[in-house]
Amino acid sequence: MRYAMAIDTRRCVGCSDCVVACQTENKVPVGYCRDWIVEEMSGKYPLLSLEIRSERCNHCADAPCVRSCPTSASHYEDGGIVMVTHEECIGCKACIASCPYDARFVHPEGYVDKCTFCLHRVKDGLKPACVSVCPTHAMIFGDLDDANSEISKILQSRTHKSLIPEAGTKPHVFYLL
Amino acid sequence: MPENMRRREFIKILGAGMGGALVGTSFLKGFTPPEGLNASELLKNSTIKKTATYCEICFWKCAGWVYEKDGQPWKIVGNPDDPSSNGRFCPRGTGGLGAYTDPDRLKTPLIRTEERGKQVFREATWDEAFDYIADKMKMISEKWGPECIALFTHGSGGDYFKNLLKAYGSNNIAAPSYAQCRGPREEAYVLTFGEGVDSPERTDLLNSKCIVLIGSHIGENMHNGQVQEFSEAVANGASVITVDPRFSTAASKSKYWLPIKPATDTALLLAWIHVIIEEELYDKEYVEKYTYGFDLLKESVSQNTPEWAYPITTIKPHIIRETAREMGKHVPATIIHPGRHVTWYGDDTQRVRAGAILNALLGSWGRRGGFFVPAKAHLAKYPMPKFPDSHKDWRQAYPGKYPLASLALASGICDATIPTPERDCSFKGWFVYGTNLIQTLPQPEKTIEAIQALELLVVIDILPSEITGWADVILPECTYLERYDDVRVSPARIPTVALRAPAFEPQFNTKPASWMAKELSKRLGLEQYFAWETFEEYLDYQFKSVGTSLEEMKQIGVKKLESDHPIYFLNGEDYEFSTPTGKIELYSTTLAEHGFDPVPKYTAHPEPPEGFYRLLYGRAPMHTFGRTTNNPLLADLMDENEVWVNPKVANKWGLHHQQYVILENQDGKRSNKIRVKVTERIRHDAVYMVHGFGHTQSKMRRSYMKGADDTQLISRVDLDPIMGGTGMRGNFVTFKTEAV
Repeated sequence: MRYAMAIDTRRCVGCSDCVVACQTENKVPVGYCRDWIVEEMSGKYPLLSLEIRSERCNHCADAPCVRSCPTSASHYEDGGIVMVTHEECIGCKACIASCPYDARFVHPEGYVDKCTFCLHRVKDGLKPACVSVCPTHAMIFGDLDDANSEISKILQSRTHKSLIPEAGTKPHVFYLL
Repeated sequence: MPENMRRREFIKILGAGMGGALVGTSFLKGFTPPEGLNASELLKNSTIKKTATYCEICFWKCAGWVYEKDGQPWKIVGNPDDPSSNGRFCPRGTGGLGAYTDPDRLKTPLIRTEERGKQVFREATWDEAFDYIADKMKMISEKWGPECIALFTHGSGGDYFKNLLKAYGSNNIAAPSYAQCRGPREEAYVLTFGEGVDSPERTDLLNSKCIVLIGSHIGENMHNGQVQEFSEAVANGASVITVDPRFSTAASKSKYWLPIKPATDTALLLAWIHVIIEEELYDKEYVEKYTYGFDLLKESVSQNTPEWAYPITTIKPHIIRETAREMGKHVPATIIHPGRHVTWYGDDTQRVRAGAILNALLGSWGRRGGFFVPAKAHLAKYPMPKFPDSHKDWRQAYPGKYPLASLALASGICDATIPTPERDCSFKGWFVYGTNLIQTLPQPEKTIEAIQALELLVVIDILPSEITGWADVILPECTYLERYDDVRVSPARIPTVALRAPAFEPQFNTKPASWMAKELSKRLGLEQYFAWETFEEYLDYQFKSVGTSLEEMKQIGVKKLESDHPIYFLNGEDYEFSTPTGKIELYSTTLAEHGFDPVPKYTAHPEPPEGFYRLLYGRAPMHTFGRTTNNPLLADLMDENEVWVNPKVANKWGLHHQQYVILENQDGKRSNKIRVKVTERIRHDAVYMVHGFGHTQSKMRRSYMKGADDTQLISRVDLDPIMGGTGMRGNFVTFKTEAV
């Protein structure tokens, strides 16, 4: 089992629904978020291009946050999902400093928080909240170890990239181009 | 990225004062799950309740479920059986809980105690508020007649006040969504095809092979089902042609982006018609069988060559031809999107009609990939007596004007409220339901002048929006999550009915509009028009007429019904259109009869003076104008707007990205301060901002003075002589950087 997410930049309109759906599903306090939208424009008028991405924790296979956590609060769950055990977190922020994606924040209750790929939903056979809500069906979630999964197939057929590959963290959120 | 800034700030705060470890443990007391209990099991031990609703955050009215976990509001998700949302809400609908939790909500009825606009009110009981209103209504009816009261409405609860006003004897019921938004579009399509486009639009984007967007920023306007279909079409390889002075989200997904010079769209549309006729790219069989006036159209556009359009639009002739051929290639699965907010330059009915004519030539009306034939549920009406005859209406204030306005003009009623010597009766009372007229109608100072002439202003709202500040009586409505409302019967490919039931008890001393109107009817002796004992009984009566019941609807939320017609025209079938000729009118006999151009013609509009830029405005996907900018969940996504400025213009004025400026228009009207977004994504002759920001009402604490309100800069209005739409894109602004 190796969970991953693919985000189709052709379909995504950057509406931020994934952000609100995550906030309400996971009761993320107002002012914080576990996922966010980036619009990257390039070119000069009138030859322009725009890439819109929904970003979050990349659930890296070689996660610097897990390595840097002194209490092992940051750890891998089954399927490679990177999680933070809240009660083991001492709020030292070493993980925040080590994450190349700026995906983590200190929750007002004191522990470090971030995207969980909605592990609680995935265990029940549901998709993460952001994937379920996305109006344009721009997000695909699934198991890379299953060659027949939607995500395995789409990553085989479509050009894709991951963010900051040079950090060498083996990210598991992919962007379809 | 503001959220990152907040994160960094938080780190700084922690670092300065307390040890992270201390915070980490002491703050955790509230959250200590038992050993070994994972999140999934936590959820299973919770009590989950779900209630059917349809959304009221915008007027797409998607149906969904409101979830409560352990007695606390949790989340709202779409209902998979709903064709408007297909089970997926947009960010606004997902963030709908913020409307319920907003601490700034109106909480109890208020009655004005000092002069209008001073915003000094006293708390009142519902009885006091209703007595006050009923007394004034009786006085107005006796002195001037019941027609002197008007209703401005936008939203589900307005229907009960419509009922009340009609029973009282007034037909002066206006929605700004007509004369300030999609009125010209509806009239243009009625003139051409005998039917309007309606809402949700009957566009078959899902099956389109070529989509032309001219005045539509799909994806930034988050009309849910339509955005879903647009993205699906893009993913399936549809050719998108986007005409927009701004590189919109949709433009970024397009094969062609035509950054047209603003105000010249009609010239481009006429040139396209010219090429499509000249190169015989149109659907000959369809045009032959169903349309009227092809030769007259051909003659009329004979001079509108791409070369003619080039200096007007700045779009090169070969691009005009190439895009016309692209449209022709996919006939009839090519759609010229009809747009939605089309009140731009005062010749809007004609401009939209040029697009409608293109659709007719391409054979897309009633065809797969063009416009489908919508179906709608027909419910039995709850029994009530006939309304009394109404003797006067708003039209009498405008003799001979706007002959083809099929609905009342909100702007027209507002203007006819300001007393003039030549008019024997002006409006004396307004009910305003769910529409913040100060930000909705252009020329806000005129709206205020009209308000000052009123004997009665009743505002029914959820938030203390600007208009509430001018009210005599404010009636606080509960949110859509706390009330029943009428059955939703949206037009779609298949007819459906949807239920809105209260998920939560109304907070504070707020009530549903249905209850308010019924209570008022009792005081006016009109209770026979609200004959239901309970609203449940009223709903059940209607649901039973289509083979379901309130009980069943509570379980399913949405019910799909059988349609009585196919969604596309049948090949070769004869159809009669509701136009005078019974055909699709390329040449409009109705317009000819009223002395308007029967085929659209291009008229030049004023251009910005030196140092000024055309003010364009639009939408952001996470907001519905000013009604969501105070929503805590949605304000968190976007809490102020920016003015988009081309880098060349920014250089000329020495403007830096993210600095604040004040905008001043051609008449010296000034905006609140607004951040500059320096971007290549806009032409050098226009600026752009999202509408709905810059609230001046301090009681809306989250949105107060955040960003600028374009309405304050719309002092020039170009009226559409055909139907009275208020063209609002003829305003030009310049930058003021001092004292920001």
